[in-house]
Order: sequence, then structure tokens, then C-alpha cells
Amino acid sequence: MRNSYDESDVRRIVEQLATRIASAFDVADAFNIVGIRTRGEVIAERLTQHLRSHKYTNIGRGVLDITLYRDDLSEIGPRPLVRPTQLDISIDGRPLLLVDDVLFTGRSVRSALDLLADFGRPSVIRLVVLVDRGGRELPIQPDFVGLTLCDVPRDHRVNVRLRETDGRDEISVEPKA
Amino acid sequence: MTVTAEPSAALRWTRRHLLTLESLSADEIRFVLDTADSFKEVSTRSIKKVPALRGRVVVNAFFEDSTRTRTSFSLAASRLSADVIDFSEKGSSVSKGETLIDTARNIEAMGVDVIVIRHAAAGSAEVLSRTVRCSVVNAGDGAHEHPTQGLLDLYTIRERFGKIEGLRVAIVGDIVNSRVARSNLWGLTKLGAEVILVGPPTLVPKAFEKLGAKVVHDFDSVIGNVDVVNMLRIQFERIKSSQFPTVREFTRFFGLTAERFGRCKKDVFVMHPGPMNRGLEISSHIADGPQSGILTQVTNGLAVRMAVLYLVTQAQISAA
Repeated sequence: MRNSYDESDVRRIVEQLATRIASAFDVADAFNIVGIRTRGEVIAERLTQHLRSHKYTNIGRGVLDITLYRDDLSEIGPRPLVRPTQLDISIDGRPLLLVDDVLFTGRSVRSALDLLADFGRPSVIRLVVLVDRGGRELPIQPDFVGLTLCDVPRDHRVNVRLRETDGRDEISVEPKA
Repeated sequence: MTVTAEPSAALRWTRRHLLTLESLSADEIRFVLDTADSFKEVSTRSIKKVPALRGRVVVNAFFEDSTRTRTSFSLAASRLSADVIDFSEKGSSVSKGETLIDTARNIEAMGVDVIVIRHAAAGSAEVLSRTVRCSVVNAGDGAHEHPTQGLLDLYTIRERFGKIEGLRVAIVGDIVNSRVARSNLWGLTKLGAEVILVGPPTLVPKAFEKLGAKVVHDFDSVIGNVDVVNMLRIQFERIKSSQFPTVREFTRFFGLTAERFGRCKKDVFVMHPGPMNRGLEISSHIADGPQSGILTQVTNGLAVRMAVLYLVTQAQISAA
């Protein structure tokens, strides 16, 4: 198994992801792209840029902070700062693309779905992830996947680093510190 | 949409209790204010509730009267999905002579996660925090501190001016009996504001200068160059008659009257922790006017208390 992907790999993966999303929608379709803080939001923004440059102009944007909806607080220890959720758009009745960086147990996505339910009722919610590393603990599956990593041991982390938050683009599989 | 790093983002909150602002660092205070920002957003949703404290119990133990603070804590706890129990001195076994500690231990034995306490004795919250295992939040202990009021005042000032550092804040009136004044003084000075305490010598002793404030007995000498005027309530229930001349005389020298307001900076921000004595320390049309932040303070108090309840319970988890 390859365990590191560099800047050009990440660019290619994001572009392919955007292309696949584009093929599922018409340019005139109105839909929303919502990222999960922090890196899901960065990816959501990059995907939106791609789509807008391909004439998809009817895209609404939002960002979720799922901290207050997590069910695993006791396992994580002291939490970093809770940040605001920004959903100034109406999410009712339109397709919504939920974007995260790594899909693992599915618990973050479960939290995000609970949070979205407090804001409204999209016509459909599709899950977009940069990396699917397997290891689900809930019946949650992605609709659009950039990179599938099979057989990542549970004691390893899949680290997604992005220019906007980490100074460089990189995906790497590393043993947990 | 941008990804920004707030200055306090690197900090991890570890305090199980909130007892005073004196004991918090500037970074910790900023952390609470930044967290409150996120909780303010929750109150703008159509469903104003998050599951963060689901299955937890918050007890409001108020041994002194309160409308705002008690309601605010209750609502804050319910918006976090906690169960809330209201306990008051009247009609409880406290009137049968049970001590504070015994009462609190019995409440805790029912499986409580947070006790929010207001008590007439300074230091009561701290004493309690040493005897119970759950979190303790001070909602006012005598004339000592009222940390959540201090935090909501800081939050409201920061929201209005975008910063606290460098501002000049006058706190006016009955300072010596005021826990709000002490919490404000600690918080404001830690965050770099200049604090001017204003009132007659009987209510504003010079000793406050040791805490880093400027003490002034002539309101008119500072009125024209302060950014914030925080008018405190004259606490008739705590004041000794020798400290206070007459209501009329107080209003004349220390009240925020229309005439005095006219000499303030144009963008001066007027605050009051409530409940107001209208026409005494503050004139009605100023309290209800466009430069008044009084109701904003109440709104922000909810977000700040949600943040505090959330943070102290998270600290329990990480300490376990």
C-alpha cells in the first residue's frame, strides 16, 4: 500500500472528485456544499472553486462545527476551541453535499447529520470525502470518494494536510504517535 | 468562507470550576469569550439547542434573589440539553438550619454534574468547590465576584469595539459592595483596558488602586474621555446608611443624567448589570437609547453561560 501522496497527487484527486460531482449535477442546478471544520471546509472550498469555474454558479456554501454533537467527547480529552457553524443559506429542499477530509468510523458524519437536521431538510444529502480509509462503526457510506485506502491498521492515522491549514498539501499514513 | 486561527485556539481549557476572574489568565478569559461566540450562533438557529450536555444535570442553587442570572443559567443549561434543577433557599431545608456544605453534598449525591451557586458569603463558591466532586460555577458570592457577569460584560464590550485593549472604562457607583465591579476590574485589566472607578469616597475607597484601577470621586472630570460607562446599581440591601447621602445627591453627582450624557464621547457605550434603579443611577431615556448595551448584555449573558457550562463539564471529562 502506498502511504504518502504529495501536492500533485492531492490536486489530481480533488480535480477528479470535482469532475465526478459535476457529472451528477446540471450547471443550472441549485445545490449546497457544506464542509466539516477544519479540513473538510478547505476541501469544500476547493471543490466549489472548481465547479464555479465550470459554470456551476448556483452553489450555496456553509461550514459546520460538529464539536457539540459528538458522541465520543469522553474519548478525546480536552477539546480545542468550539467554532461557530455558518449556515446562512437555507438548506431546505435542495441537494446538499457534505464534505469531510477522512472517512473512518463514520461518527463525525453522524454528528454532522444530526447538526444538519437542526437546520432544515435538504432534498438529499450526499457524502463527499477526500479519503475513505475504511473502519466504519456506523452504517454510513460515502457517495463521492477521492482516494480509497484499504487495510489501514487501526493504530495508524491517515493525516490529510492542506496548504490553507498546514502550509502544504499531503496525504500520509503514519503510526499513531 | 475562510479558515482563520483565533488567537486563543491553541489553548486547552482545563478548569473544572469557574470561581473568579482573578484566578483566570488573559488567555483563558479570551478562550471563554471565543467559545461564547460559537454559542451565540446557536441562539440564532430555529432549533436553539445542541446536544453537548445531554444526560447531565445542572443545579441552580441560589441562596440570594435573582431574576436575570438564574433564568440565564437555566436557559443556557437547557439549550445545551442538560436537565436543570432549581433550588432556592426559601422552602428548602436551609431554613431548617442545614449548612451550605451539607446541602450541597446532598444535592451532589443525587448525581449532579454542575452546581451553579449564588450566596451572600464571599468565598462560598470556592469553599464548595473544595468539598464536592462536581463542577462549581460562581453566580455571585457576596461582594467578592460574579465571574459570568464580568465575562458577559467583556464579551459585550469586545463585540461593540472589536477589542478591549486600550479602551478606557468607567465603572460608576457603589463599587465597594459590588461583585460585578470586582469581576469587571479583574477581567478588564487583564485584557489591557484602563479601569476608572467612580463614586463617593464612602463607596469607592482608595484601596482599589492597589488592584490596578484609577479611583476618581468626580464623575465630571472623566466623563468626556471614557469609551464605556458601566453604571452599577445602588444596592440598598447592602449599603449602610453612613455610606450614602441621599438619592438626590447621588444622582446629582454620580447619576448618568441627560445633561452628563451630553458631555460623553459621541460613541460612548452605556452598560448596566441590572436591575436598574431608573432615574437614580441612570436616566430612563439613556438606558433605553441607542447607545445602551443593557439588553445586549442580557442576550450575550446566555451565550457566555452556555460556554462556561460547556467548558467546565468538558474539563471533568479530561480530568477523569
